[in-house]
Amino acid sequence: MSDDNTPWHRQHLEPRAGLFAILTTVCISVGGLVEIVPMFTIDSSDAPDRVTIEPYTPLEVAGRDIYIREGCYVCHSQMVRPFRDETLRYGLWSRSEEYMWDRPFLLGSRRIGPDLHRVGGKYPDAWHYEHMFDPRSTSPGSVMPPYPWLSRWKIDVDDVNASVVALNRLGTPYSSEDLTATATVLQAQGSEIVERMSASGIEVTWDTEIVALTAYLQRLGRDRTTTLADADGEIP
Amino acid sequence: MSTAAAAASPVELYDDEITKKFVWATLAFAIVGMTVGVWIALELAWWPANLGIPYTTFGRLRPLHTNAVIFAFGGNIVFAGMYYSIQRLLKVRMYSDGLSNFHFWGWQAIIVSAAISLPLGLTQSHEYAELIWPIDIAIAVVFLSFGFNVAMTIARRRVQHLYVAIWFYLSFLITIPVLHVFNNLSLPATLTRSYPVYAGMTDALVQWWYGHNAVGFFLTTPFLGLMYYFLPRAAERPVYSYRLSIIHFWALVFLYIWAGPHHLLYSSLPDWAQTLGMIFSIMLIAPSWGGMLNGLLTLRGAWDRIRTDPVIKFMVVAVSFYGMSTFEGPMMSIRAINGLSHYTNWVIGHVHSGALGWNGMISFGILYWLVPRLWDRELYSEPLATLHFWIATIGIVLYTVTMWGAGLTEGLMWRALDEGGQLQNPVFMDIVNQLAPFYWLRLVGGLLYLSGVLLMAYNLIRTTSAPAPTATAAAAK
Repeated sequence: MSDDNTPWHRQHLEPRAGLFAILTTVCISVGGLVEIVPMFTIDSSDAPDRVTIEPYTPLEVAGRDIYIREGCYVCHSQMVRPFRDETLRYGLWSRSEEYMWDRPFLLGSRRIGPDLHRVGGKYPDAWHYEHMFDPRSTSPGSVMPPYPWLSRWKIDVDDVNASVVALNRLGTPYSSEDLTATATVLQAQGSEIVERMSASGIEVTWDTEIVALTAYLQRLGRDRTTTLADADGEIP
Repeated sequence: MSTAAAAASPVELYDDEITKKFVWATLAFAIVGMTVGVWIALELAWWPANLGIPYTTFGRLRPLHTNAVIFAFGGNIVFAGMYYSIQRLLKVRMYSDGLSNFHFWGWQAIIVSAAISLPLGLTQSHEYAELIWPIDIAIAVVFLSFGFNVAMTIARRRVQHLYVAIWFYLSFLITIPVLHVFNNLSLPATLTRSYPVYAGMTDALVQWWYGHNAVGFFLTTPFLGLMYYFLPRAAERPVYSYRLSIIHFWALVFLYIWAGPHHLLYSSLPDWAQTLGMIFSIMLIAPSWGGMLNGLLTLRGAWDRIRTDPVIKFMVVAVSFYGMSTFEGPMMSIRAINGLSHYTNWVIGHVHSGALGWNGMISFGILYWLVPRLWDRELYSEPLATLHFWIATIGIVLYTVTMWGAGLTEGLMWRALDEGGQLQNPVFMDIVNQLAPFYWLRLVGGLLYLSGVLLMAYNLIRTTSAPAPTATAAAAK
């Protein structure tokens, strides 16, 4: 082992499991540290065009949790790339500050269906109801499964409250009303959607899952588009 | 190993019962995981296969498929191969049979809980890290207990120098807990739901740092370790180059970690991070091909056995697919190419050329080599193993080629502009409808591959259930 022709690494490194493990740990740490640590210094509130990104309301949080439960992100991305075809098809390309309240992020990795980052406001509420109930009624040829249970199942107010409280503890700002009178807040926003759906002949109650999911989908990507439209500036 | 007959054998030194358990688990979850894969392939070709109930929709079953094939099939074969080779390479029994069994039953319990929780819609949504926080804690405990068992075995080894396979195992045992813990840091809201401490693009970057290195350190380094043990054993040749193994090991563990951002090209991740991800992905060709060449060249002087030995057939094709997919991956990490391939079926094809071609085929080669030795029986049928090889190879080629076709079709149709600079295919469903033939052909490819696995299961079960060799026959060997 110790004769002079033995290379140094064979003498000093490869027989020493502890040293070997430490060096391996160093090797696998460098890349992650260099790439990830600077991300914590990014301040999304300092976005160049002063777009204010509002946190998701409790109803939208409930809808987002349903979106995650059903695995919508498996087939739909939420990231419009800065390509001409994508801005034509979907709208403004996505910016990092728009995701600042996204826990977890839902960029997706596959477009079996279209991108959803600019779906907010694209269709009426009733469209989303019809689409979830029977995707082919609104999108002929779709391969999406129907989700009829969304118009039967109810959200659990305590469950939504637990989510909002947890998100608040992680730093998302919520009002004391959001945190303590969650049911009232949920009902207020849900009732507006119920009213609009009712105008199209769809009868649901404010606490059905489809209402929460619709609230989330209608919200997607709108902070930036509405702010820029209000400022009546040129949309980049 | 049946009692007294083999008592004199040095093999009794080693705990092979644990390897046998992991072999059975590998077979069971290969069938389960790939069956779910075939099922979701059918769902894309024919949506009524979603069955109209919440628990079997594509959105819920796809994570079940990926988790089952990566962590249940892939994990179990890695553990089987590690328990077998570590004891022989270190010339000592595992430190603790109790810990080995805790690892086995703990891992299977985690798999079963995944198979229940994912169809119920309990998920964190991070790809390959979908399992909810209580299961995440169990994963950390079980994996670290395995790591401790291996570390103590290394400490008590009877050889001084650590063989290259052990290096790769060590990098697996070190890196996976780091990735798992940091990617799953989250605040529980309820027993089944939690929110990550990272938000937005930071969460995305941490997740793809994890996600890409799950490929790197769960599907690559431990499998390379297996290759470095089982390929030379099967070929009865020493590893081609010790020097090459040193260079490609250290380069691989250093470079792999940086490549995660190639999953976020053209996203709103800062450009410098995207560029780093792209550059390191391209550099990864070198250490990846170092491993491939070292594997293939180990067969020098034994190439004729490709014709006759199904084990060698599987291993050669596996290492070749490793080389192919580690070339394709870096190409897809180049921004301009990624702009076309990202979000399309091309990515699915790429993943499967790696998973079916590399991980699957090397696993089958190992199983056909290992099972006859573990049970001390002749393989029930070599022609059946050769048939498996051809069915699997045709299945992979069909799968990959159709997914290239589907990916290019959708990628090109999405971006096509007419003379006026407007979308040529403004209706998304027009593009979706072009993919149906590809989805059906892919389904055939997947079915072929699954059929091969069923053949293997039959072959190996017949092998192990053959009557025990008599003492004289064993002595004659």
